Amino acid sequence: MSNKKLTAINSGSKNKPALKASGRSQVKRYTRSKAGNFFYVLFLILFGSFSVLPLIYCIVTAFKPLEELLVYPPKLYVVNPTLQNFMALPDLLSNLKIPLSRYIFNSFFVTVITTILYVFIAAMAAFTLAKSKIRARRVFFLVVQLALLFNGTTLSVPLYLIYSWLGIIDTYWVMILPYIASTMGVFLMKQYMESALPDALMEAAEIDGAGPVRIFFEIAMPIVKPCWLTLTMFGFRDVWAAIPDGTVFNEALKTLPTIMSQVTAGGIARSGSAMAVTVIMMVPPILVYLVSQSNVIEAMSSAGIKE
Amino acid sequence: MNKSGAKRNRLKNRNAEYYILLAPFAAFFFLFMVLPVLSSIVLSFFDYDMVSLPEFSGIENYARMFIDDETFPVVVKNTLLFAIITGPVGFLLSFVLAWFINEFSPFVRTVLSFLFYCPALIGNGLFIWQIAFSSDSYGYMNSLLLSWGFIDEPIAWLRNSSYIVPVIILVQLWQSMGVSFLANISGLQNINGDMFEAGAIDGIRNRWQELWYITLPSMKDMLLFSAVMQIASSFSISTIAVNLAGYPSVGNSADTLVSHIGDVGTVKYEMGYASALSVFLFLLMVVTRKLIVKLLDTAGK
Repeated sequence: MSNKKLTAINSGSKNKPALKASGRSQVKRYTRSKAGNFFYVLFLILFGSFSVLPLIYCIVTAFKPLEELLVYPPKLYVVNPTLQNFMALPDLLSNLKIPLSRYIFNSFFVTVITTILYVFIAAMAAFTLAKSKIRARRVFFLVVQLALLFNGTTLSVPLYLIYSWLGIIDTYWVMILPYIASTMGVFLMKQYMESALPDALMEAAEIDGAGPVRIFFEIAMPIVKPCWLTLTMFGFRDVWAAIPDGTVFNEALKTLPTIMSQVTAGGIARSGSAMAVTVIMMVPPILVYLVSQSNVIEAMSSAGIKE
Repeated sequence: MNKSGAKRNRLKNRNAEYYILLAPFAAFFFLFMVLPVLSSIVLSFFDYDMVSLPEFSGIENYARMFIDDETFPVVVKNTLLFAIITGPVGFLLSFVLAWFINEFSPFVRTVLSFLFYCPALIGNGLFIWQIAFSSDSYGYMNSLLLSWGFIDEPIAWLRNSSYIVPVIILVQLWQSMGVSFLANISGLQNINGDMFEAGAIDGIRNRWQELWYITLPSMKDMLLFSAVMQIASSFSISTIAVNLAGYPSVGNSADTLVSHIGDVGTVKYEMGYASALSVFLFLLMVVTRKLIVKLLDTAGK
């Protein structure tokens, strides 16, 4: 009985974003002028190209043959695209002590585990901070915000002592656990939950006899899906690119970014391969971005069809 | 009495569950954030060279900042200059772009937001800017300006103090877009559509009124988030400055507090003093955050 009601609340609120989306696009027209539309499309195009030019430059350079790499001035297009920069990579990486596949495994292993733990733990804490009435929550939330403002440079010594006290130096844990403490995720999720989970919804679920843990998993998480998908993307990007400094010595535990710097350090002759490495390293975060963002949109439009 | 007792019990259970949800984060947060920050604050009252044991020195480190450190006033001035420009501009851009993009169909929105998120994705993309602004005629910017005839000889972008600052501001803005921009997009999509309908009926005629009376007040939570993120990043510009202009840079024009902290702490091994500088920077940001919170409260009034 109470289960049924819960799902009713749940699916009801799932429909909400669709209502918003469809309601919006119809209304908007009344408050829009043609000249305004023209200017902001212009602005978007200008700013978009400013943002994307370096990426294009990266990709183009990765496919340039040596002759074109040395051309003055550097061109933003490639005449004879070649894979030779990519082909040269195995050679450049041939003096590794550990097979490349192990580095690839390490990178994916650390990134996936860390991201999942990070998003879940942050969402749980954010739920308490946004919706509970416990006394400590205001102070705790303020401390979370302020922690974002303390610069990390001088924290390395105390952190190192804590790592060695915990005995996690030179293990996978030292790459996984500290990231979970970063406060950005809790802050973002908490702010999103404030308005995405109305108090009326919380009360209805509570009257039904659902406890906070159940409300969190069955009601809150489906509603705030757009937010945790976005956070997943940030987490993946950060951890994927992270280079642990001075805490991992075992070659068998190291991740891809540490060995990639071998390739990127080098003169203009290697700039093609450096770009090839950059492009390869960008692929997983971009895929995560595309999957998560298309899910955000799909969640909204599929709810719209039901309606 | 029995009834209220049961009610109290339920409330207690509920709170216990909330504490359980908070506990894992609280534990990691305490271990890897609160503890190191506290020890750094304590260390700021000590003399510590990372070899011998820390020695208590009272407020000597703080006095040194204002009396004995010639670099300090310069880096504070630069830090404030960078923050005053990149902070508000970055904040406004990340909101304005999200607001513009929100009008389009889902597909166009995904493509456009990808474009703006790109720089944050590239990660180690800084060397692109090193090539772009390199001082020889091979540098991208120089070769472009040369071939268009704007200049006759290459400009030493990163060795001329009047060019360094704008270049760093540009790169910082380019890179800082990612997080607050996407947070703003999710915040905008979260606004109840009925509000716009009601607003249109209530006589809101153009997008500016709609922005001020409906969108901004409904976005307060996300705006606070992106404001705090902007403060954190615009006061801590360092990686970009050090990578592009070096440390110390020409005429110290690109040296910031964080670069100075890095130099004092990890090059000169004066951890006590570096911690005092960190605490100073922290207080600077805390005050700024307080002001911004007050400012955000005025939206829609």
